[in-house]
Amino acid sequence: MGSTLFRKVWDLHAVRRLPTGQTQLLIGLHLVHEVTSPQAFDMLRLRRQGVAFPDRTFATVDHIVPTDGQARPFADGMAEQMMAALERNCREFGVPLFGLESDEQGIVHVIGPELGLTQPGMTIACGDSHTSTHGAFGAVAFGIGTSQVRDVLASQCLAMDPLKVRRIVVSGALQSGVYAKDVILAIIRTLGVQGGVGFAYEYAGPAIDRMTMDGRMTLCNMSIEGGARVGYVNPDETTLAYLRGRRFAPAGDAFDRAAAWWRSIASDPDATYDDEVRIEGGDLRPMVTWGTNPGHSAAVDERVPGPADVAEPERAAVADALAYMGLEAGSHIAGTRVDVAFIGSCTNGRLSDLQEAARVVRGRRIAAHVRGLVVPGSKRVRDAAEREGLHEVFRDAGFEWRQAGCSMCLAMNPDRLEGRELCASSSNRNFKGRQGSPTGRTLLMSPAMVAAAAVAGEVTDVRRLLRPAEGS
Amino acid sequence: MTITGRAVPLRGDDIDTDRIMPARFLRAVSFDGLEAHVFEDDRRAGAAAGARHPFDDPARAAAPVLLVNRNFGCGSSREHAPQALARWGVRAIVGESFAEIFFSNAVALGVPCVAACPEDVQALMALVERDPAATVSVDLEGLIVRAGGIEAPCTIPAAARSAFLAGTWDATALLTAEFEVVRAAAARLPYLVGFPPAIS
Repeated sequence: MGSTLFRKVWDLHAVRRLPTGQTQLLIGLHLVHEVTSPQAFDMLRLRRQGVAFPDRTFATVDHIVPTDGQARPFADGMAEQMMAALERNCREFGVPLFGLESDEQGIVHVIGPELGLTQPGMTIACGDSHTSTHGAFGAVAFGIGTSQVRDVLASQCLAMDPLKVRRIVVSGALQSGVYAKDVILAIIRTLGVQGGVGFAYEYAGPAIDRMTMDGRMTLCNMSIEGGARVGYVNPDETTLAYLRGRRFAPAGDAFDRAAAWWRSIASDPDATYDDEVRIEGGDLRPMVTWGTNPGHSAAVDERVPGPADVAEPERAAVADALAYMGLEAGSHIAGTRVDVAFIGSCTNGRLSDLQEAARVVRGRRIAAHVRGLVVPGSKRVRDAAEREGLHEVFRDAGFEWRQAGCSMCLAMNPDRLEGRELCASSSNRNFKGRQGSPTGRTLLMSPAMVAAAAVAGEVTDVRRLLRPAEGS
Repeated sequence: MTITGRAVPLRGDDIDTDRIMPARFLRAVSFDGLEAHVFEDDRRAGAAAGARHPFDDPARAAAPVLLVNRNFGCGSSREHAPQALARWGVRAIVGESFAEIFFSNAVALGVPCVAACPEDVQALMALVERDPAATVSVDLEGLIVRAGGIEAPCTIPAAARSAFLAGTWDATALLTAEFEVVRAAAARLPYLVGFPPAIS
């Protein structure tokens, strides 16, 4: 009987069985950032412990960095203190840091893959829930809290229970104007925001096979929004082509040996799964959230549901979400006026995301009442986009073109919503207050849909703005 | 191990960690003082609307048991959320279900999260809403939550339960105990040894 990638990677990294019954799991790559690590390093100091595998630990700075000017010291004293703490911790414990002075700084889930640090068959942990992103490469990657960051720093291991595996097969081909973001929003709508608790999600099927690595990263990134701590895609030729030539990827003959091993850890054709779900990819349309969790979504041509449209246990939550969002049950989600358009984040801040958004805005202007922000996910993405002239396309359209960072996804830096502003956002969470104003509102959608909303000044179907000749 | 005391009923499914601890309070290099900001935005919004948030009820101050509904703690992995709850006084959480990263973080801090059926959670919430002084006890050995006349069976993953009963929820000591085994496991992984040519 065949095995899943999850099971193979788990078994390869199982160090021993702990007295609690859990597995001591070796972590092949530990990524660190400034928000969830300072307390962990302090705990090590208190316990007089060092970092066990400093050469398997890499740090960057992303959450708190300002994106409109990164001169030190930062204007925000606390951000400066956090930055300084990370610099000191990395120096003292021998951890490589891709800081602001590095050309490779960026959002931790963007730079890991870019640098070739993220590879198939690894276990990857980071003090950030969107670590599931790295599963796009066929890694078992998951978010942890600060106490577990301490555990990994001290031992390169975690105490874990294995997960069940749900295979999600997306058949067919996506229509033009429909992206990985729409696929994952549709999956979360179908399975619910807690449907994935206890599961790793394996994404498979023709629509996934055809997806670029950027698309697969978007897909895996939001696994956690469906409750699944881990989401992955089996490595294939697309994965190998992405990895070849990356700074930390094996080179020469070692790459070929690596490729053979990477292929071998993919799920076997006769692997058995704990659950299987099928989604018809060709039927999917651009998605938009209308509520206060990522499961609250509709296709752009659908109406906003009301309490009467859902089962009894959900009614109060739907009523509360609509009241917070200021949306009417039964109204069309298209036509909702937006104040802010944000393109960026670890979900959708990669080069192809910016290219798709630029296709929509090229030669157009964003609506006068819309504040538009494009924030590349890394310095490399920014440089690559500028080489193609995308910064000019965005600036000419009226967007601000910013430095790399997490920006308005999560409001730990100066980029925030104000008051009840409503933001069309390519990020991952539409929670109450998520974008920095306790009353601010977020509509999640693909970067191309954000671009379309910015141009129209309201939520609109991006397929109407894509020129037919450019349809993919 | 049994946690006994007053309880805070916090109604609602899918309460995310951004609500428990808004991101602006994560701009810090320590967890000190987080308890002052637990549910801050919800508490302010409630106060403005004339509805007192359970965490603002003086009768619930520092209550050791927190009662919640489904998928509590979803979203961000920020340990600041369970840290704030623990520093506020919460010693155990009883709910219908928990998000996975939140659960792991709470366990690492020594705060057990036990799951009970929706009807029992409902009954427990109703009881403590009527009587803020009611005592709830969470018995991890017997896997039962008791309050008034209610005896609610509860579950917690076996490993977490045994860690609590043995007092070993801080995993660092366990994980660093046999470090040569870790080194040996690392030496077996092709990507940690540079994908060497197979030895024939």
